[in-house]
Amino acid sequence: MHASLFITCYNDTLFPETGRAVVSLLERLGVELDFHPQQTCCGQMHANTGFRSEAYSLAKRLVRLYADVEHIVIPSSSCVAMIRDQYPGLFEELGNDSLRREFAAFLPRVYELSEFLIDKLGVEDVGAYFPHRVTYHASCHGLRGIHLGDRPFRLLAKVRGLDLAPLPNLDRCCGFGGTFSVKNAEVSSAMLAVKLQDVLGTQAEYCTALDNSCLMHLGGAMHRQYAGMKTIHMAQILASTESAPMEALL
Amino acid sequence: MSHIVEHPVLDPRLAPPFPQAALPVLRNPQLRKNVAHAIDVIQTKRGKLIHEKTDWQDLRSAAAAIRTHVLENLGAYLEQFEARCTAAGGHVHWASDAAEARQIILDLLRQEKATEVIKIKTMTSAEIQLNPFLQAAGLGVFETDLAEIILQLGNQEPSHIVVPALHINRSQVREIFAKSMGRPELSDDPHALTDAARTYLRRKFLDIPSAISGANYLIAETGGVAIVESEGNGRMCLTLPRTLITLAGIEKVLPRFDDLEVMLQVLARSATGERMNPYTSLWNGVTPGDGPQNFHVVLLDNGRSSILAKKRERQTLRCIRCAACMNSCPVYRQTGGHAYGSVYPGPIGAILTPQLMQMHHAQSLPYASSLCGACYEVCPVKINIPEILLELRSQVVDQERHDLGRFFDPLYLGLRAAGVILSRAWLFHAVQRLGRIGGSFVTRKDGWIHAMPSVGGKWTQTRDLRGFPKDTFHAWWQQNRARQSEKGAK
Repeated sequence: MHASLFITCYNDTLFPETGRAVVSLLERLGVELDFHPQQTCCGQMHANTGFRSEAYSLAKRLVRLYADVEHIVIPSSSCVAMIRDQYPGLFEELGNDSLRREFAAFLPRVYELSEFLIDKLGVEDVGAYFPHRVTYHASCHGLRGIHLGDRPFRLLAKVRGLDLAPLPNLDRCCGFGGTFSVKNAEVSSAMLAVKLQDVLGTQAEYCTALDNSCLMHLGGAMHRQYAGMKTIHMAQILASTESAPMEALL
Repeated sequence: MSHIVEHPVLDPRLAPPFPQAALPVLRNPQLRKNVAHAIDVIQTKRGKLIHEKTDWQDLRSAAAAIRTHVLENLGAYLEQFEARCTAAGGHVHWASDAAEARQIILDLLRQEKATEVIKIKTMTSAEIQLNPFLQAAGLGVFETDLAEIILQLGNQEPSHIVVPALHINRSQVREIFAKSMGRPELSDDPHALTDAARTYLRRKFLDIPSAISGANYLIAETGGVAIVESEGNGRMCLTLPRTLITLAGIEKVLPRFDDLEVMLQVLARSATGERMNPYTSLWNGVTPGDGPQNFHVVLLDNGRSSILAKKRERQTLRCIRCAACMNSCPVYRQTGGHAYGSVYPGPIGAILTPQLMQMHHAQSLPYASSLCGACYEVCPVKINIPEILLELRSQVVDQERHDLGRFFDPLYLGLRAAGVILSRAWLFHAVQRLGRIGGSFVTRKDGWIHAMPSVGGKWTQTRDLRGFPKDTFHAWWQQNRARQSEKGAK
């Protein structure tokens, strides 16, 4: 199976270990992975802040870049939600017929990582080993945006050694919200404080998610507070094995 | 009144921007506890009742379809309502804005030689700031909904559209009643408090022959009005007085009486987590010898027709004011209603208020959301609130992006620059390298950034940021995988 990785702008810049984990995981599962060197950003930050024309330019760029690719795998549910929820409106409003056709052909080839694993590859047990207590944070875009449902739990359940700690109020937002975290920094921090009570209450060693954006927010506060918990993208847990534990990927 | 926020400004023209208005609440533990507790109670009840309703999604679709159909044919249904209501003995008045509606109501009360008026809870009257206007004209205005009594006697503002005194707890209610009713001995036992309110209210109901109500629904087919409530105080206002004036937004109309079957089901479950609300009052015009003999309906536009004219934003007017969106909102849960600077708080307020202000005020409200989507998920008429928030954000940016004062705003500067940078991979990669160099000056020995300048400081005021990694992902790919595949190709 061929797939092309869209790593996303912030993972590329701030969380390259997540990208390396996706590569290691998918290659282990027999996927021939490609990476388009011209890729940058899906435009979500612009769209969500109100910069619609900039968002549209980036959307157009992304759709054209992946015109000839069989599957596009994205380890960020919020970027996938951007493509599924907002691209149609952007192309409807600002695009032309030929672009709308290109987008229609592009859309069904887009997969969030856990969707690709379960829906496309048909695997739940990816052969991972991660002997730690872990709690899963359902990002809003994963939960309500693209309806990941129980996919993340099915994957985590098959990780050997992993002790999954259920997170109370799973459907409550952590308060990140992109530029919301700086435009409404105080309210965002209040939401973060409430979420952290639930997260830290699980007594887990790691908090995982399919979005590094929420994790940057939660992990930033954990680090500030010497909270004794770390954040980790689920790709890194799934990539981790007995012979190549997660640490080796860092 | 130690822990209640004093006089928040609920006029969008005067209110401070949301981030600023939220600050006093965030620092107020009692208020945050009151709000979180109250909405958790409602949310839990709602959750159970939605769960038991196996056709809930079908009901939502039906309710959304009814409301969408109304908005697409609003003019015709309003005219039908006017004709049928008039035929039944009512009088229909049309008000294009708040000032006109206030004047119509004042003139009607003066015709009646009224010196006092009793009121059913109506957020629309708060929208047009009716009470201060009537009071300035010399009228005594008395709220009769229990929560509204608490607010009026405590000189407070509403913080929620269904339970407007949700930010006030029982002991604070005791404090307000004891002081305003001159009853220092009053306990905070709910029965004692209700009894005090009842004693206060009975005299008003018996003495005051004029009443003002809102409307949950206007029914075009019959010319009737429907009001739902929990206490029965509303029904007293609807039956005892000689004169009744109903103030309603033009979007409140339903085509048929039968549509209530769907709308009442979704409203009660969404609003208060009840299968059926305790009191549903329905009346058509005037019945000789029974109930009010002078009945007026004031139909209020006040910005609504400009919302109706916009295809994407029109769905805002489907709203049936159930408040499920604010009860589910993680932002509202922390800030309560006053921070929104409007009588309509929460997610629906964040889209409705700036639109009612024709985008001249309340521009901070579309940003008062993390776009988590919980509001859309619970909305019984399927208003895609996140979609409208984004639409309004783009309108705000279009207003502001050429504004000289905003030109050097770091966020605007940053996003404009990012638009250019992200359009070219080579430039993006160059900026990543520059960022890494710049980042190294603020990165501590532990590899984390504890303080950033400018807008970044908003991040680091409560969160650290891990320093830039040695390599970007694409650089790693270039060095490892790309070279391998080249070798393989050779």
